[in-house]
Amino acid sequence: MIGSNTTENHPVMGSMIKNEVINQQKRLIVIDPRRIELARYADYYFPIKPGTNIAILNGFMHVIVKEGLYDKAFVENRTEGFEDLKKTLEKYTPAYVADICGLDNPDDIVAAARLMASLKPMALYYSMGITQFVSGVNGVKSTANLQMMLGNMGVEGGGVNPLRGQNNVQGACDMGALPATYPAYQPVASEDNKKKFEDAWSVKNLSVKPGLTLMEMMNAAHAGGVKAMYIMGENPVMSDPNQQHVIEALDNLELLVVQDIFLTETAQHAHVVLPSCAFLEKEGTATNTERRVQPMHRVLKPGRLIKDDWWITMQIANRMGADWDYEDAKDIFKEIRKVTPSYAGITYKRIENELIQWPCPTKEHPGTKVLHREAFSRGKGLFTAIEYTPPFEETDREFPLILTTGRILQQFHTGSMSRNSRVLEETAPEGFVEVNPNDAGNLDVADGELVSVSTRRGSIRVKARVVERIKPNAVFIPFHFYESCANRLTVDCLDPVCKIPEYKVCACRVEKIVA
Amino acid sequence: MDKIKLTIDGKEVSGLRGQTIMEVARDNGIDIPHLCYHPKLSKTGACRLCLVRIDGKMLKTSCTELAGDGMSVITEDEALRNIRKWLLGLLLMEGDHNCLYCDADGDCELQRYAKIYNVEKTDEDFPRNPREVDYVTSNAIKRNENRCILCGRCIRACKEIQVSNVWGFTERGSQTHLIADDDRKIGESSCVKCGTCVQLCPTGALTFQTVSGKGLNWELKKESSICIYCGVGCKIDFYTNEEGVLVKAIGNDDGPNKGHLCVKGRFGFDFVQSPKRLTKPLMKKDGEFVEVGWKEALDFVAGRMRAVKEKDGPDAIAALSSAKCTNEENYLMQKFMRAVIGSNNVDHCARL
Ligand code: SF4
Ligand code: SF4
Ligand code: SF4
Repeated sequence: MIGSNTTENHPVMGSMIKNEVINQQKRLIVIDPRRIELARYADYYFPIKPGTNIAILNGFMHVIVKEGLYDKAFVENRTEGFEDLKKTLEKYTPAYVADICGLDNPDDIVAAARLMASLKPMALYYSMGITQFVSGVNGVKSTANLQMMLGNMGVEGGGVNPLRGQNNVQGACDMGALPATYPAYQPVASEDNKKKFEDAWSVKNLSVKPGLTLMEMMNAAHAGGVKAMYIMGENPVMSDPNQQHVIEALDNLELLVVQDIFLTETAQHAHVVLPSCAFLEKEGTATNTERRVQPMHRVLKPGRLIKDDWWITMQIANRMGADWDYEDAKDIFKEIRKVTPSYAGITYKRIENELIQWPCPTKEHPGTKVLHREAFSRGKGLFTAIEYTPPFEETDREFPLILTTGRILQQFHTGSMSRNSRVLEETAPEGFVEVNPNDAGNLDVADGELVSVSTRRGSIRVKARVVERIKPNAVFIPFHFYESCANRLTVDCLDPVCKIPEYKVCACRVEKIVA
Repeated sequence: MDKIKLTIDGKEVSGLRGQTIMEVARDNGIDIPHLCYHPKLSKTGACRLCLVRIDGKMLKTSCTELAGDGMSVITEDEALRNIRKWLLGLLLMEGDHNCLYCDADGDCELQRYAKIYNVEKTDEDFPRNPREVDYVTSNAIKRNENRCILCGRCIRACKEIQVSNVWGFTERGSQTHLIADDDRKIGESSCVKCGTCVQLCPTGALTFQTVSGKGLNWELKKESSICIYCGVGCKIDFYTNEEGVLVKAIGNDDGPNKGHLCVKGRFGFDFVQSPKRLTKPLMKKDGEFVEVGWKEALDFVAGRMRAVKEKDGPDAIAALSSAKCTNEENYLMQKFMRAVIGSNNVDHCARL
């Protein structure tokens, strides 16, 4: 488990893992800057400095290569690029890695690496603790390096398993709600795909130029290049890094349309706000983190003037010259199946009783439990030699602590749903900053005391929680609470490839508030 | 795996070696009365209600006894019936089972068997230990031990499914009772409010705080959907009452979650019926939002978008789709941007 606080963010999965470890005696290695619940049950726990994932992964691989513990047959037959990786790994000795990661015991790196190599298969899980860095893509590639080296790919119980943070992130990506790909990850920058979708949609002149990512959109809106924005069910004012910049960008637009269930922080900046159905008022499908496509039914009747998101989009489209006539979600799904090969065999009827994982190309196909069984999508699995690079913002005299952000069990994301649910809100009503007792002592801060946390971008006031579970020199703030909005502090530098913001590290300062 | 053949109540059935009699019976659609047994939990054979007669002689608890090849099993005869009545009678006397005041009324396994076996509470003077009633310390869980039959399902649910190990038995014999952690109130314990113990409690000893006063169990309607809060995608049965108000969320056994939920999936849905919901389209006029009709709002949006597209080109328009919306809605949003606007400026918060 690396960079995933599973028992709080994917609790049901967290319980399944706990069950395997506690009740079925499976072995567990946990890597996380915070002493999360799973760390308690781990054979080895590595409290690494935030932003040093790649270093420790390289450290494990260094040991595995040096001691010849890798899966030679798998590396030989199914992969390429191993020699380059090997060279890069040379300098990542346990001592060197322990130094980068702030660990006391380099021998544990050796022991954990041996344990990994001795038990097959090993499943690797990660979440935003790997991806939300300027080096996010490289972090993911490093996990793949490790698993390929151990021959843990394409087997049940192995693999690199990202845990998706929102219920339909997987589906939104599958459906092509991404700037560079049509449904089923078919690149837009391809004349063939352009032709294919022009035929399917009976239109001409689809663009082959990949679009802007979320953060680029905001920058373009700020600079004036993007003039109109249509936002469905998102709250970037709360969820994006560097809040002030986002607000300025939105206020700079000629048209901002927000379609949501609440008048969110973002909707307040809109020209038009369109009320849409909440998920319990909808029919449709959602795809979970294991690629299972599941049905959602209408449980509650929406208010009289509240509309389905798809209906609203269709109305706007038709006023702009389209002639769509979808009757319901099922109609749309039929079209999805035609243009999305991996969904072709999935029908509303089948998913009522079957748990189908895509790819599922035909109605007779049972779905696919394990990817890359015989071969990887590109043929051979490619090892990528990756060097550890420090995070964008390093600590200094003025901002001596590392700030990392995340979620807690009882709240979700920007809070617009969970904070309006009584049991959740009562159980966790306010934000906090976790501070290690050492640091708290130095700052003369007591548990429960209000402190100010500042970064180069802004400053918030929040209650301190003095706890051992956060490493010295680091602090943690959950980002659900508008009263103490963590994203007023975070930095908006992006991973160069996938443009994910670096939420997990920036430099900050914590101060006692003197009345 | 080894196949075995046996007869249950004269019917020939097959099962696998290693299965218990209960499991073989269930696979073949035969219901053997039980209270402490639950298919998702380990077996204890504590309630004795599932006794069956084997080969015309021995009585064994079918939830723990392995099925054997050639076995002949009788699930009920005169003697077994009397034992069940006697066991149920004891359970009724030992506790305070007044269904009138119980949230489990109509959804209680003890009540069901009491009706099926026509058992009534008889001996009013049966010695009873005062037990814990705690309706206040947790905002999620209500506890009334006077309705507890000591089946231990809650203990196993918390240990084997949620893996938080909150519940346990303490003391012995007629003094046996449940405690949370090292004898704390449930609201002050390490309970994370996943509600799994409540879902699996066969009686009204553990109930949800949130259901009281929201209608009768047999009038509730059930429909399934998928949890909105994370990518595990737990399948949930939502119960609504006759007024269309959401009453409770129960984990669906056929989903990837196999019936389990976390606190968000269990209690996170008030927001849907919150009075803060938007109910009408809004347009900003002179810096203030005013309510408008759909036609006005949609005409305005389409008109402005067309104007921007003509003046500054399609790439001056961008859209954010949503990881909380359905596949169908995401599909349509990207189709709208690509086919109608002519730009690939569409993204969502996968990276956040
Ligand atoms: S609600 Fe969940 S955590 Fe709490 S006691 Fe019940 S099973 Fe355990
Ligand atoms: S509280 Fe419910 S589940 Fe737990 S022992 Fe009592 S009756 Fe059984
Ligand atoms: S119930 Fe909990 S674990 Fe399951 S999908 Fe919802 S948030 Fe995730």
